[in-house]
Amino acid sequence: MLFHAVLFYLFSFVLIGAACGVIFSKNPVHSIMFLVLAFFQSAMLWLLVEAEFLAIVLVLVYVGAVMVLFLFVVMMLDINVEAVQRGMTRFAPVAIGVALLMAFELVQLIWLRSRAGAPPGGFEAYPEGYSNTKALGSVLYTEHVYAFEIAAVVLLLAIVAAITLTMRKRPGLKVQNIAAQVAVRAKDRLRVVKMDAEKKR
Amino acid sequence: MYSYYLIIVLAPLAAAIVAGLFGRQIGRAGSHWITILAVGLSCAFSCLVLRNMFWGGAESENISVYTWAVTDGLNMEVGFLVDRLTALMMAVVTFVSLMVHVYTIGYMHDDPGYQRFFSYISLFTFSMLMLVMSNNFLQLFFGWEAVGLMSYLLIGFWFKRENAIFANLKAFLVNRLGDFGFILGISGIVMFTGSLDYAEVFARADSVAAQNIEVFSGTPWNAMTVICVLLFMGAMGKSAQAPLHVWLPDSMAGPTPISALIHAATMVTAGIFMVARMSPLFELSATALAVVIVIGAITAFFTGLLGIVQNDIKRVIAYSTLSQLGYMTVALGASAYGAAIFHLMTHAFFKSLLFLAAGSVIIALHHEQDIRKMGGLRKYMPITYWTALIGSLALIGFPGSSGFFSKDLLIEAVKESHWHGQGAVYWIAYLSVLLGVFVTALYSFRMFFLVFHGEERTDAKTRSHIHESPWVVTVPLVVLAVPSAIIGWITVEPILFDGFFGDAIVVRQGIDVLAHLKETIWHGSFALFLHAVQTPVFWLAAAGAFTAWFLYLKRPDIPATIKARFSGLYNLLDRKYYMDDLYIKGFAAGGRSIGNALWQKGDQLVIDGIIVNGTANSIGKLAGVMRQIQTGYLYTYAFAMIIGLTMLLSWLIWFR
Amino acid sequence: MIGLQHYLTLSAMLFVLSIAGIVINRRNLILLLMCIELMLLAVNFNFIAFSRYLGDDTGQVFVFFILTVAAAEAAIGLAILVVLFRNRRSINVQELNTMKG
Repeated sequence: MLFHAVLFYLFSFVLIGAACGVIFSKNPVHSIMFLVLAFFQSAMLWLLVEAEFLAIVLVLVYVGAVMVLFLFVVMMLDINVEAVQRGMTRFAPVAIGVALLMAFELVQLIWLRSRAGAPPGGFEAYPEGYSNTKALGSVLYTEHVYAFEIAAVVLLLAIVAAITLTMRKRPGLKVQNIAAQVAVRAKDRLRVVKMDAEKKR
Repeated sequence: MYSYYLIIVLAPLAAAIVAGLFGRQIGRAGSHWITILAVGLSCAFSCLVLRNMFWGGAESENISVYTWAVTDGLNMEVGFLVDRLTALMMAVVTFVSLMVHVYTIGYMHDDPGYQRFFSYISLFTFSMLMLVMSNNFLQLFFGWEAVGLMSYLLIGFWFKRENAIFANLKAFLVNRLGDFGFILGISGIVMFTGSLDYAEVFARADSVAAQNIEVFSGTPWNAMTVICVLLFMGAMGKSAQAPLHVWLPDSMAGPTPISALIHAATMVTAGIFMVARMSPLFELSATALAVVIVIGAITAFFTGLLGIVQNDIKRVIAYSTLSQLGYMTVALGASAYGAAIFHLMTHAFFKSLLFLAAGSVIIALHHEQDIRKMGGLRKYMPITYWTALIGSLALIGFPGSSGFFSKDLLIEAVKESHWHGQGAVYWIAYLSVLLGVFVTALYSFRMFFLVFHGEERTDAKTRSHIHESPWVVTVPLVVLAVPSAIIGWITVEPILFDGFFGDAIVVRQGIDVLAHLKETIWHGSFALFLHAVQTPVFWLAAAGAFTAWFLYLKRPDIPATIKARFSGLYNLLDRKYYMDDLYIKGFAAGGRSIGNALWQKGDQLVIDGIIVNGTANSIGKLAGVMRQIQTGYLYTYAFAMIIGLTMLLSWLIWFR
Repeated sequence: MIGLQHYLTLSAMLFVLSIAGIVINRRNLILLLMCIELMLLAVNFNFIAFSRYLGDDTGQVFVFFILTVAAAEAAIGLAILVVLFRNRRSINVQELNTMKG
């Protein structure tokens, strides 16, 4: 159990540090790398609570796809890093104050207010032979199949929307007009002209 | 008889619609023929109905023509109650209306609004018939308002004259005041009896009289008293009783035929008719009757006094009308409903006769109405002279004329009405009507002498054109002069003493003064002459006429001396007891200033300034402040959301 | 003993950090999107912690859906970002104030 706690604190500190890195890095590429680190630490923490499937998905989907997408965009956009203004906004102190207040309140809520109801303690261990993936799959495709279908539609929508948004017509780009090609008739192409034979003068 | 009643009512309406909407197509002659034929038809059938009642012994009929709404057990109907009271009113209304229609051909000969005028007076006849023939309160109210509307339209007939517009507005507004009471009275009746129908209401009258109503909490009043006083308020407006009399003299701004028809013979007597019709209710409230008699007495005497100082020929007759309406009201208050209706009938004849005679004089003098510029017209206009003499004699109650029978018996009835007690009410009533006789004679003959006798004060140019009026004017005069002279002889006994009205009028046992008179002084018409000579009434009338003769023919210098000597009194009378000033400067100007104050302070300042524009302004200012927060930067909005979230969290943690 | 409260605290700290990141950041929109991803991560932590605490797998299914939607959101958000950059040649947050009235 002690080992478990050591791992938790280790991963947690790295996670918080990575989050700070995301926020305070000058270079967006560094921010993204910190974010990848944060996701990895989260996946570790989720493994600690035996949510293996989600930990794997987080790494595969988020780090493998979404973060790579972020990287692509950052690099594609050619942002001038040096020209980016430094410094805080006018009300940064207020913002930090509010953030601290909120953190204080949340901690108080979690630790002081809940003491009566929820005794601190570890999570109950799963029984022997338990498969997190199997358990999730058994509810995902039965109880939540309708939501699952909608999630699929949402993803499709995201694909279509992203392509529609970013696609543009460049001047000078040559494309086929397929509808016009299909709809063409013989008489549009060929004109039969009747005329008298001409004589030479 | 049902179809007869419908024709009586609907013929004038149809004629009014035709003359009003298609006047241009049918022309001037067309419109006067169609309206006269319709009213003539109506008059003929009304006289037939009256004849059947009078000699044929026909029973009264209560007919429901049409139910146009039923709500919560309350029937709203159009219906006719034709009993002897109604039949008499119908005959009087249609007869005078017919005469006025004929007379109008002459009087309005050159007026551009000829067809419109005929349409109006026919419509008025319809409205008045609806009023008198009604068998329920709703139709009564309809007729009541309809005649008020026609009166408004006809007073303002010459709508380009400023005084006519002023007068019709005044008449309308003052009538509104009375009608307000009237409709409250009707509401009270519906509240206590749950019915609008006369028969049902009268059947439940006793139970109403046993109940109390707290208009102001803590002061229970008898329900019947409240209802009757409210209904009488309507009558005060319509029949121009003090203090709501002020509209009638001004209404003389309208054409003379309508002064005769509406403001002498028919509409103004609607109040008298209504109270007589409601006798089963009024009999149950001694308080209401005391109110009626006092109001009537004040009107009878004090408005008569005003007639003495007026110089406009029509206004003199208007004040005389007010005074006579006061007499009728006094009779109502004395429970002598029969005498009131009888006087109403004779008054309709002789007063419309006087008005039409005055109209004849006015035409002859090219619309000159000031009696100081008349005089000596007797030799130029013999027919007008003789008919006006008959009218004046009837008005002062010269023995034998119709006015003699009605007025003498009316005063006798008031004298016998001891049941009001020997206190102030009785003496106010009795002395007012008694002294009123002297005043009536004085102003009637003052006007008569100034117009027809004495030196000719007309200017030379006018004098050369004076001639007797055309036949359409003189024929109605003669036709009206006949009943003015003799109708009293014929009808006094059946109407007053033989119980002509039957069930139509209810008088409580023990206070029926007419029954009492029948036993004491009624021994036939001739005997009444002998009796009259022994009463002060006759001698007061004679003294009045003699005083008029002495002051205005024998010694014309005396009135000026009196006027100079008693200038205070003269001014009081000349300014009509300052009643007009009270209304115009007091109520009207006060109302206007309240309205102005509400407009400027309430509407412009509070509503417009603070509530409407103020809301907009403060929102604008608030928005100006809020706009500073709207930086357009994404993180500002996010931060605002987060602050909100933090506050919610704080509330959840610390303050819940 | 590492339990529910530890995970919730971790999640709260992550959340507050990402909020601070959104508000303080003046540089570019990409960072904003990244902070949102962090915030969603914090939410996911909560879901998983409660799912384990209550022994109910539905919470984890929910995380699955959140991941799906977040991926979609990131895709569309980045697409918008690209279009924005094409139009304005900048993704600087300070210059994006067309909402100002």
